Amino acid sequence: MSRWDVLVEVSPRAEIADPAGTTIERALAALGFAGVGEVRVGKAIRMEVSAADAAEARSVTEQMCDRLLANPVIEDTRIELCAVAQEPIAPEPAAPEPSR
Amino acid sequence: MSVTVGVVRFPGTNCDLDTLDALAELGARTVLLHSDETSLGSLDAVVIPGGFAHGDYLRTGAIARFSPIMDAVASFASAGGPIVGICNGFQVLTEAGLLPGALRPNAGLSFLCQPQQVVMASVNHVLGHGLSTSEVLHIPINHFEGNYVCDRLTLQRLREKGQVVMRYVGNPNGSLDDIAGICNEMGNVVGLMPHPERATSELLGSTDGCRLLEALLEAAASTRQVIDRRTA
Repeated sequence: MSRWDVLVEVSPRAEIADPAGTTIERALAALGFAGVGEVRVGKAIRMEVSAADAAEARSVTEQMCDRLLANPVIEDTRIELCAVAQEPIAPEPAAPEPSR
Repeated sequence: MSVTVGVVRFPGTNCDLDTLDALAELGARTVLLHSDETSLGSLDAVVIPGGFAHGDYLRTGAIARFSPIMDAVASFASAGGPIVGICNGFQVLTEAGLLPGALRPNAGLSFLCQPQQVVMASVNHVLGHGLSTSEVLHIPINHFEGNYVCDRLTLQRLREKGQVVMRYVGNPNGSLDDIAGICNEMGNVVGLMPHPERATSELLGSTDGCRLLEALLEAAASTRQVIDRRTA
């Protein structure tokens, strides 16, 4: 088993109105950020998942999305996986140099 | 004939007592059901009231739908038992797949708490007895996520099969086709955003909510007769 940092991005589906995104887009324009469009507001869910390999970690996360994390009627999901670095074996702390 | 109505309380539900009181005033026997219970017992109807079940975390109704009691609610629904979800209860029923579509944040991004006029769009469901299509009712709304959405095919089906229960007069929240309430194909499961339990006295500004709740009690009584006859 290895551990995976998983990021699930849940966003409103393209055809679903996103009033928060529209409001932010207007606010950005008002601040002078020209050329900003298609602002969508969703949520990011981060977690650590133990799995044999990346494929299993992804498949388990997809099941979580289907059952709980997103509502397919209104939301799309995107999954990002990143292997958690194995903790390096910490070297014994060196004895402090005796002060002279 | 007095019927027994169960009102479900999830952690975070806050309209349960108002709903129990309103139903009791109309002569129903009432039972408060906790969401951890696994059986409905002997009931003639179920109401899932408003509130913020499980804090509305993740999505409204998303956590609540996995409560133990929801399996019993789903069985009651498929047996034809009358079920009404009010506001958060409507959201729970859509998440549970007992009603189609979903409820998104209001188009204006404001929490709406106001008197509201709605027009009945169909009466072939458990809130229809004694009401007529096109009749206007005054029932308050109180929600942030009441913006009904569904795909085009679902909307077409809802319209064709008379599953749009009521529409807003002057759409307050951006709801698709002004939808304020819908029912399933059998008409025994209804979800609506307006709060009938808050329109039960002239002091509250309207008694129109009583008409919907009375219709529910009527549906509960006739459903029980059918079930009694079947089991007799």
